[in-house]
Amino acid sequence: MKKLSVLSAVLAAFTLLFSQGAIAACGEIHLGSAISLTGKYATNGIHAKNGYEYGIQKIKDAGGVMVDGKCYNFKVTYYDDESKGDRGATLAERLISQDKVQFMLGPYSSGMTKAIAPVTEKYKIPMVEAEGASRSLFNKGYKYLFAVLSTSEQYLASAVTLAAEMAEKQGKKASSVKVAIAVENDPFSLDIRAGVSEDAARLGMKVVIDEKLPRDLSDMSAILTKVKLLKPDLLIVSGHSKGAATAVRQIDEQNIKVPMIAITHCEAADVTGKFGDAANDILCSTQWAETLAYKDPLFGSASEYEMGFKKAFTEYKDKKVPYQTAQATAAVYVYKDAFERAGSMDKDKVRDALSATDLMTFYGGIRFSAAGNNIAKPMVLRQIQDGKYNVVAPSAFASHKLNWPRK
Amino acid sequence: MDQILGNISLLFEFPIVNLKIVLDGIMIGALFALSAYGLALVWGVMNVKNLAQGDFVISGGYVSWWLVQHGFPALLGVPVAFVVMWGIGWVIYKLVISRVIERDLFTSLLATFGLAIMMAQILNLMFGSDTQSVDLGYETLHFADGLIDVPIAKLIGVLMATTLAACVIIFMKSSRMGQAIRATAQDSRAARVMGIDTEKVYAFTFSLNSAICGAAGAIIVMVWLVQPFYGISYSIRAFVIVTAAGLGNLPGVIAAGLGIGALEQYGAHIFGIGYQQAVAVMLLLLVLLIRLIQQRRNRQVLK
Amino acid sequence: MAKNKTILYALILTFTFIAPFAFPNFGTQLATLWLMIIVALTWDMTGGQMGYNSLGNIFFYGTGMYVAALISIGMVYDIGDYTNAAGGGIYEFSDAQYFGGMFLGVLGAGLFCSVTAVVIGTLTFGLRGPYFAIGTLGVAIAAGELVSNWDWVGGGQGIALPVYPGDLDTGKIVFYFLFAAIGVSVFVFVKWLYGTRFGAAINAIRDDEEKADAMGIHTLRYKLYTWAMAAFFVGMAGGVSAFQLIHFEPLESAYQTINLGIFMVVCVLLGGKGTLWGPVVGAILFHVFKEVTWNYLLGWQWVALGALIVVTVVYFQDGVMGWLMHKRPEWFGIRIEEKIAEETK
Repeated sequence: MKKLSVLSAVLAAFTLLFSQGAIAACGEIHLGSAISLTGKYATNGIHAKNGYEYGIQKIKDAGGVMVDGKCYNFKVTYYDDESKGDRGATLAERLISQDKVQFMLGPYSSGMTKAIAPVTEKYKIPMVEAEGASRSLFNKGYKYLFAVLSTSEQYLASAVTLAAEMAEKQGKKASSVKVAIAVENDPFSLDIRAGVSEDAARLGMKVVIDEKLPRDLSDMSAILTKVKLLKPDLLIVSGHSKGAATAVRQIDEQNIKVPMIAITHCEAADVTGKFGDAANDILCSTQWAETLAYKDPLFGSASEYEMGFKKAFTEYKDKKVPYQTAQATAAVYVYKDAFERAGSMDKDKVRDALSATDLMTFYGGIRFSAAGNNIAKPMVLRQIQDGKYNVVAPSAFASHKLNWPRK
Repeated sequence: MDQILGNISLLFEFPIVNLKIVLDGIMIGALFALSAYGLALVWGVMNVKNLAQGDFVISGGYVSWWLVQHGFPALLGVPVAFVVMWGIGWVIYKLVISRVIERDLFTSLLATFGLAIMMAQILNLMFGSDTQSVDLGYETLHFADGLIDVPIAKLIGVLMATTLAACVIIFMKSSRMGQAIRATAQDSRAARVMGIDTEKVYAFTFSLNSAICGAAGAIIVMVWLVQPFYGISYSIRAFVIVTAAGLGNLPGVIAAGLGIGALEQYGAHIFGIGYQQAVAVMLLLLVLLIRLIQQRRNRQVLK
Repeated sequence: MAKNKTILYALILTFTFIAPFAFPNFGTQLATLWLMIIVALTWDMTGGQMGYNSLGNIFFYGTGMYVAALISIGMVYDIGDYTNAAGGGIYEFSDAQYFGGMFLGVLGAGLFCSVTAVVIGTLTFGLRGPYFAIGTLGVAIAAGELVSNWDWVGGGQGIALPVYPGDLDTGKIVFYFLFAAIGVSVFVFVKWLYGTRFGAAINAIRDDEEKADAMGIHTLRYKLYTWAMAAFFVGMAGGVSAFQLIHFEPLESAYQTINLGIFMVVCVLLGGKGTLWGPVVGAILFHVFKEVTWNYLLGWQWVALGALIVVTVVYFQDGVMGWLMHKRPEWFGIRIEEKIAEETK
């Protein structure tokens, strides 16, 4: 069924593309992207690709990108990097030297971005990326890399702070909190681990379990048994979509009672749809939530974006639109804005315009630091409460109260 | 190092954990044993080393998952996967395998590897690369202060695996076809001389293997999860088990399957779950080494 | 005829030199083509000529990457600190440090891999046929899994090496010629080797190891030497790849068992096992097929590749050279005579 709907969506996208192309006589801005359509990152790679496509379509419908009084539409050449870094780097080079792409959109995951960034940097090709959050990307002095998302050590660090607050409310010291960490052995998740262990160390917390999940994870009961024995107060799991799915399922099966459980990629793994009540009271970090009050003239508010996207990509009908998709769209929007301000197709002028970006979008504020990461948008932590994702932290954005301890 | 020592001390501090690890290991080991038995069959009967074994398992899982998505009861998945994978196995036999039997030993290994790549990718194109699982919605039983938990789904899975294994054993022992298969395994030329249609036996054996794997996959999707690219880890385990147990040694295959399941769980507990695959592969190397030393004593080599 | 052959070699060498300048946009693909030729030729040393089908040669590629990277980093910085920063942190390499590290690293990678080949070979050469294939595959998988859990060398993060100092287009050409140099050396080396007594001995092992043993050939020693030589070249190629890729990680780029590890075998089968030119022809065909499907069959490329493997193995196992040998025996007959004539000159 899913396959059918994907097919029909692709078909629909194609017909749209052709019918519209015939009417509008706009020029073309050629973007390139090596993205994971197969391999272990394919789920989220496709989320990101859909986000790009939606953004491009919306911009086209709204009259295109106006550069120096002439209208243009984006066109992207995609290659499949198979979720492999060396492949990604080769493809980036191919995009630049053979397809003569002057502007790049990022791949999915920090690891892939890490593999591609040295290439784009060497060729001085601007790359706006939406899916590489590892902070090791932003301390290398890259000048042509721009990331619309918050860096990954922030993903779950706020959960540590939250656990400390809860402990203090109970009249205990923050340092009495015991933390268990289980993250996948890949650059993104290891970064999350770094963020969490730094925060835990700062607050004097003890890390009682610190394990790495294998890439072909299908069973984490060994870790959960240790969780039962060592009784941590906070359990952190990060392993892209499959890590989230496995964790939620087995936490329920093994009846794990940890007061606070925080994971990543809840929406991408559709844990509420798949496991129902089992996912309740789990904290999920997110770059973006459709309930937030961000807004822009093109995509409307965050919730309008979500509705519009679901209409265009019907396979998301019964799911949450993952933030991976929203930030991919935001990356396209950032390009539109930069091109219009640069008023030129020259890649260095566009780069300068990109670095001066100060934009409010449905996805949140976007302003780049000198290193290229977005410093205008915080991460939020949502809790699954009765099957709904409610923002509980940070307090400035919280719409609901935290349920603690987890049942 | 500290962590490893800490993990070992946990085993002594809470002895009941050992029981849980062994139980977990046996449950997954039963499914490893099923696919390993299929491998031992095709290896022994037609000298085909099937590296696509794990992908048959995963395909079976997807058959069952697809049924559930279309509103059929989950338990129906096991027999349906058995039948569907039987058919797919037969087609693959006719197209590919029938041409690699009795060829260079390396041929079947590579040809089935090519098959494995194709199957994984076709599954990815059809169902996407998400991990999928089927939720039976049964309760989980808890013992020993909740330290040991046995999901009823897992129990059902193990029960079905046992039933399937028993059926296959009885079939191989008492039916005409079973006898023909065993005869062909012993000496295919002699079997042909005695009037056994070995071509038919080969086709049947390979389809049976594929069907057994499919059923195992249908059980796995109820208890764990499947993903298009997970095939290789089941293939590796099947090879470990068959290498350890030898061909045509069913009790050995079952024992080795359960043992490897348990050892892997111990490895995951002591060294960390990141080492689970490494533990499985190291076991394979260890088994090969032990067999090698045994053979060297007899001035022979392992071939 | 001897003249013809000289002209052929001269043409190929000239093309090797001109190619990166004639097709500047395909620099990386051409370099990868040489890599494929190197791994195919060295795989054929044991697989085709000696009858030992290894599925674990990728082990030397991955190990070569790591050894080369660690040597070049270790000469300048503390490796633990460097990998801990996971490619972050500002670690500068001067030109002398970069090129010196690359030279010593690549050489060290080759030597280290030779030594490991002897160690692993001592343990695994008692295995025959499929067991040898599975055993060596196991070594490669285990190595990848263990390295990915080894934090000192970066674990799952992998290692990020410094970017080529200077112009990237020049860098591309430099890497191309590094691979090409190794590739040409391998070819010249094996061409010479197969004509010697040593070549005859390993062929004897392939044809009947027991008889070869009985004839007084110290089979284990020959097998170890052959594998060590193959490992030397693969290790060096891995070392160069590490610098070319800049960032690599254990499971997908270094110990990529089910990619390059199998591709090299398919290349050899496609071209023709146990022939001198087979691996080269196979590598070229395979590489072209791969690049074309990767470009035009997005999503289906792996299906096409799997199909190629199945079809090659099942229907076309003698490969291009085997097929030619069958169709045009006189071509090969003449060549052999020529060689004898040449040697007796």
